[in-house]
Amino acid sequence: MNQDLQKERAGASFIPELLTNVLDGSPENTRRRREIENLILKDPDFQHENLNFLSRSQRYEVAVKKSATMVEKMRKFGIADPDEIMWFKKLHMVNFVEPVGLNYSMFIPTLLNQGTTAQQEKWLHSSKGLEIIGTYAQTEMGHGTHLRGLETTATYDPETQEFILNSPTVTSIKWWPGGLGKTSNHAIVLAQLITQGKCYGLHAFIVPIRELGTHKPLPGITVGDIGPKFGYDEMDNGYLKMDNYRIPRENMLMKHAQVKPDGTYVKPLSNKLTYGTMVFIRSFLVGESARCLSKACTIAIRYSAVRHQSEIKPGEPEPQILDYQTQQYKLFPLLATAYAFQFVGAYMKETYHRINEDIGHGDLSELPELHALTAGLKAFTSWTANAGIEACRMACGGHGYSHCSGLPNIYVNFTPTCTFEGENTVMMLQTARFLMKSYDQVHSGKLVCGMVSYLNDLPSQRIQPQQVAVWPTAVDINSPDSLTEAYKLRAARLVEIAAKNLQTEVIRRKSKEVAWNLASIDLVRASEAHCHYVAVKLFTEKVLQIPEKSIQAVLRRLCLLYSLYGISQNAGDFLQGSIMTESQITQVNERIKELLTAIRPDAVALVDAFDFQDVTLGSVLGRYDGNVYENMFEWAKKSPLNKTEVHESYKHLKSLHSKL
Amino acid sequence: MVGSPVHRVSAEDAWSRSMHPDIESERHSQSFNVEELTNILDGGAQNTALRRKVESIIHSEPELSLKNNYFMTQNERYEAAIKKKFHILMLAQRLGWSEGSRELQYASRSVSGDLGFAIHHIFQKTIQTLGSEEQIAKWDPLCSKFQILGTYAQTEMGHGTYLQGLETEATYDAATQEFVVHSPTMTAIKWWPGDLGRSATHALVQAQLICSGARHGMHAFIVPIRSLDDHSPLPGVTTGDIGPKMDFDHTDNGFLKLDHVRIPRENMLNRFAQVLPDGTYVKLGVPKSNYLSMVAVRVDMLLGEVLPLLQKACTIAVRYAVVRRQSRLRPSDPEAKVLDYQTQQQKLFPPLAMAYAFHFVANNLLEFFRHSYSSILDGDFALLPELHALSAGLKAMLSDFCTQAVEQCRRACGGHGYSKLSGLPSLLTRVTASCTYEGENTVLYLQTARFLIKSYLNTQKSPGSASKGSLPQSVTYLTAPEVARCPARTAADFLHPKLYTTAWAHVAVRLIKDSVHHVQTLRQAGADEHDAWNQTTVIHVQAAKAHLYYVTVKIFTEALEKLESQPAIQQVLKRLCDLYALHGILTNSGDFLHDGFLSGAQTDMARKAYLDLLPLIRKDAILLTDAFDFTDQCLNSALGCYDGHAYERLFQWAQKSPTN
Repeated sequence: MNQDLQKERAGASFIPELLTNVLDGSPENTRRRREIENLILKDPDFQHENLNFLSRSQRYEVAVKKSATMVEKMRKFGIADPDEIMWFKKLHMVNFVEPVGLNYSMFIPTLLNQGTTAQQEKWLHSSKGLEIIGTYAQTEMGHGTHLRGLETTATYDPETQEFILNSPTVTSIKWWPGGLGKTSNHAIVLAQLITQGKCYGLHAFIVPIRELGTHKPLPGITVGDIGPKFGYDEMDNGYLKMDNYRIPRENMLMKHAQVKPDGTYVKPLSNKLTYGTMVFIRSFLVGESARCLSKACTIAIRYSAVRHQSEIKPGEPEPQILDYQTQQYKLFPLLATAYAFQFVGAYMKETYHRINEDIGHGDLSELPELHALTAGLKAFTSWTANAGIEACRMACGGHGYSHCSGLPNIYVNFTPTCTFEGENTVMMLQTARFLMKSYDQVHSGKLVCGMVSYLNDLPSQRIQPQQVAVWPTAVDINSPDSLTEAYKLRAARLVEIAAKNLQTEVIRRKSKEVAWNLASIDLVRASEAHCHYVAVKLFTEKVLQIPEKSIQAVLRRLCLLYSLYGISQNAGDFLQGSIMTESQITQVNERIKELLTAIRPDAVALVDAFDFQDVTLGSVLGRYDGNVYENMFEWAKKSPLNKTEVHESYKHLKSLHSKL
Repeated sequence: MVGSPVHRVSAEDAWSRSMHPDIESERHSQSFNVEELTNILDGGAQNTALRRKVESIIHSEPELSLKNNYFMTQNERYEAAIKKKFHILMLAQRLGWSEGSRELQYASRSVSGDLGFAIHHIFQKTIQTLGSEEQIAKWDPLCSKFQILGTYAQTEMGHGTYLQGLETEATYDAATQEFVVHSPTMTAIKWWPGDLGRSATHALVQAQLICSGARHGMHAFIVPIRSLDDHSPLPGVTTGDIGPKMDFDHTDNGFLKLDHVRIPRENMLNRFAQVLPDGTYVKLGVPKSNYLSMVAVRVDMLLGEVLPLLQKACTIAVRYAVVRRQSRLRPSDPEAKVLDYQTQQQKLFPPLAMAYAFHFVANNLLEFFRHSYSSILDGDFALLPELHALSAGLKAMLSDFCTQAVEQCRRACGGHGYSKLSGLPSLLTRVTASCTYEGENTVLYLQTARFLIKSYLNTQKSPGSASKGSLPQSVTYLTAPEVARCPARTAADFLHPKLYTTAWAHVAVRLIKDSVHHVQTLRQAGADEHDAWNQTTVIHVQAAKAHLYYVTVKIFTEALEKLESQPAIQQVLKRLCDLYALHGILTNSGDFLHDGFLSGAQTDMARKAYLDLLPLIRKDAILLTDAFDFTDQCLNSALGCYDGHAYERLFQWAQKSPTN
């Protein structure tokens, strides 16, 4: 064990294990998670090859192999609970990128949600056993988040009782679906349904794309890999072009909508339920944001405790870089953010399960707010985590640029979270739509409930002409509750400004849509402020629930830092809204520096509490034992370029001077 | 067609014979002459013509194509870069392009700097600066003819920006008149130098000189590391590649471990210091002169490396944003160009404004460098502190901002920005490295801050005599008369360069004063100088950033004044300048509101002025990126080609991927 890390761990004010239990939900969860992780760590079948030294095609191959063993092993170990599967996959797949992943996360669930019993009987068994490998093909080259714009058509031919699938343009080629390029032999394709000369919008179809047995593309199908990407090397994201390709009528998923043999279209009853999957995935992504930022913080903080550089005082030995105020200022607010998002993620997951039960009982009342909240929080947390991971990488200086740090890998695999499952700006605007609706509702005299209930207290609701500027400025910067109030006021103010600007534009432009576009920067600001408030509120509430005093104390400091740092970074909003005074902002900045000093002794223990295995971090800089430099040298020596002392490319160098 | 912009279209693709109507319509009505703006950027019409001539020569050589870059392994990229370098050297010989000529600069730009042996040239330059006449006579011709290949080995595994911390030792042995060069620890291993991993035969090693029993600090030594016969490492030398990185695959960054390697006394570069045969140490120059080559590299890298990466990212993202259509602005309209969305303009126009602002800033710095360089060579060091502070700060600011802006452009392209074929991931991974190489940015900001504090204290020393003339030019504003309140009364007032330049000056001065005040308070409370500094570094960084923003705004406005004879161009650039200044004010509004310099109402006016600029810039956006005049071959992006056929190209390029 590196001596610096040993000292750090000895000096912490709390026992990390207790905090790990909080993060896992209970000591029992921690125990079971480790038990599952140990199954993998001790199994020779699971030994990782270092992906950094492999080509893209080798990485893909390793991933396919891993997927196959995983299915087998999970069956053997009896792992079926969704949480346990998650624990298993997170350690086993490391990057969480899995060529057959969409078979389980999209193909099978869609079949279950939208397929008839007969359809499930036909396809479910073989897809569970990976005889049929399915993917989910929605996004097209020219169309993403705006679903109605998709161009692929499925035209019903009553004569043969078949659908004719067609990609009429270049922009209609299915593009990006994971596992589509090389792995899958079936795809659920979203296409515009046309029957009896009329278009009925998007519907889902099961389309065989490769021949079982030979795995060759079927006639009429053009399929392949979309080429190299920023990350996701292990995934064969693919394209799919269909050229008047026929499938039987029974391949349309018909639990809700139907096409009769003669071509008659039967409408679905209600479609609100499909929200459920989206809400689930987005709330899962909030947790992913927390997890990936936590990983990056673990690496950067451990390395900063091991790395010595420069001098604070002449003549003294070089200090740990974690002792520099600028380094603490880069990393500790991110550490606080990682904790905040851990708790936001846990809250989202609980809420989803609670509301899912309500839905089971036919109660859909909370769904709209949850839908709006998950959209915004997915965007808010993924944007923040994206920038935070990159900041952690840069805080590691030059070595952060090497793949041995593991940080480039975390970044490139995380950053698509900002665009997939709903582009972030579009997500923020969805939340804004809900906020505007709630604002209008309050304005028309009806109270709103849930996270937006602060809109009921808008001053403009109480006394008509009262200005925002006369709100009380009694913020206590040492009280998380009081800071939550301040964030609430900021959100209320920005929602109100956006609403008013929107109204002004509506009057001026006479078109709601044009006005919406011209107010959209304000709308996004309002959503961000709302999400920020929710994060501060949830963190504050969580801290109060912690019984163990030492843990509560350290989390309280992080919670304060998270809240105060956000105020400092957005000081203009708090000043302009007269929520805080100039001298309070000055105090906030001073308090932040005090908190940096107070958190410093616990920094390493706080990242230890995330309890990541070294293989999950995939980082030489972030190793638990801190033996960074010797392992960096070992790592580099393993690079294939160093297999021989003189590399074969010497031949090019040799000819150089003779010809010049 | 050489010399005309038409050659930008890559004619081999069938669809490219036509323009995409969505991009063609953007070029229909031109509010200014694009060619004239290109000439301004190139520094004259004759330069534009010369650049295009070189580009057409380069692009007609298939060996110099970048086409397959995205499909290559690290090793293939390295070999290709050597071959390209070799090819360009042959061309230069044939066409009479001399070392350091404009032609060679343009050649390098047109292959995006994707060439081997960049550090070989730094090796050669360092010998020219630090070597004696005899040493230059001996080594320079060997470098020019590539008889030897050099690298510059400074950074060690455990030591970077802080040079005094380097551990490699060179101990003089008077008995044999040799230096013994040695890496005493693991952390002393040279790590990161380019061209070291596989290419170099010689290394310029920075090591602690020990002679006659005393340590004399860092000196430069020429150490042969590989055999000139078979390229095998020489006895005592362990060297190799440091393994995969985020980018720079074309460069073989390497490690070098020296085990008591002996080199002759003559191999120490001795223009400024030498060791006599008996071991006596003789100092010949000032230590400052060592700085000069570092300053030169920082100035060069801004125009040669960092800025073009942002300009390319803007070109790609803006072009794609007029071709990509998504959702509708009005229900009855066809899907809208994404550039018509306010949120998209908010993402792309600030980067575009920066791309222009930084062009003028980097050129201004280059001029200042040339001016001061000649006086420094004449022995007048008066300008060195300012040159050092300005180049350090602007390197940090420009690399930071360009990195964030490139990433913003990448994400503004949605999912396709994640594909390497967009060109954007590679631009990002390349530009982000500039935040840590040639000096870690936080360290550089702090160097600027030290200069600012010193300058400020100078103005306080003798209040009567602190005339403007005695202050370095970039900080004369420290003594300008104080303006306590912003005089703006309408949104339009915020479009006056004097108004926003003054606003930035005000905030910079306030933060510099704050910096000084914080240090002094701690000192008075009994903290020693060094602790006081470390405990206030967060505010120092903030002050340096405000100062640098002020400097960039000022340079941009001054550059505009010189364009009076071209009013149309002046007008379009002024909008970008306004946007640049206001964007900075709004993202840091807290700093402007803090002491009441801006009122809340004025902040709203500034926001309105900013929002009103977006649609004005919108109509010129394509032309503004066309003016950068990148060839399609140089952009190497499926999304950003001149003709706008993004989708066809994306499909075609993906099909060429080796995975298919």
